Amino acid sequence: MTPVGTTFFFYFLAFTAIVSAIAVITRRNPVHAALSLIVTLLSLAGFYLMLYAPFVAGVQIVLYAGGIMVLFLFVIMLVNLEQNVREYQFNKQWAVGIIASLALGGLLLFVYQRGHDIFPHDFVALPEAQNTQQIGLALYGNYMLPFEVASLLLLVAIVGAVVMAKKRI
Amino acid sequence: MGEITTLHYLVVAAALFMIGTIGVLTRRNVVIILMSIELILNAVNLNLVAFSRLYGLHGQVFSIFVITDAAAEAAVGLGIIIAFFRNKETVNVDEVDLLKW
Repeated sequence: MTPVGTTFFFYFLAFTAIVSAIAVITRRNPVHAALSLIVTLLSLAGFYLMLYAPFVAGVQIVLYAGGIMVLFLFVIMLVNLEQNVREYQFNKQWAVGIIASLALGGLLLFVYQRGHDIFPHDFVALPEAQNTQQIGLALYGNYMLPFEVASLLLLVAIVGAVVMAKKRI
Repeated sequence: MGEITTLHYLVVAAALFMIGTIGVLTRRNVVIILMSIELILNAVNLNLVAFSRLYGLHGQVFSIFVITDAAAEAAVGLGIIIAFFRNKETVNVDEVDLLKW
């Protein structure tokens, strides 16, 4: 199925993603920042749908917006301080940080502007109906070892989180 | 307004990456710094999926690995935040000076 209104949806999603990302780093209240981050994650899921990656879009919504953000909100509830909201939110080297990040962004834009001709111009056919099946075959075929290593990483992360958060081991 | 190319997606991802680095470098609240790291990882994911449109499915598989890493990193990072908050009653990074001499 060919997408409709691609240009409009691209600019709409890009606007939503960037505005809510700016809200993430400027809001005083961490709960508001987390809710803005959810909006960014959902618009990125829209991008993945536009790029013929429905499985990644589903994983993004279920795992990021559903799982990781609930974790974030729980921790905000646990550590939220009344006085922290009233304190100064930016550290002393904020000007240097912003200048460094803008320089990095300028460098990226320069590279993209100079080098985008080396990309292939025609798209690979990615049939949406078989997307999940093909990703599953790739995960259990070519990417078998990284898949197993990822499961080990998750095990270590579970043990690490329990050890960190437990009062007395 | 024209056709949307890969370059458009790369520019959006670069903007998100930049906002994420600004958040990491300037904020004091450590929870929001972790959220900015999530923004950076998402910008990378958008790059990977945009390139998978040109080079085949491998970018999408790799972006799933990146999401797995993000989950592991969030779990451990938030565990560290809870342990730290229990000891020092603060979530500001510039008050984390235990290892500073």
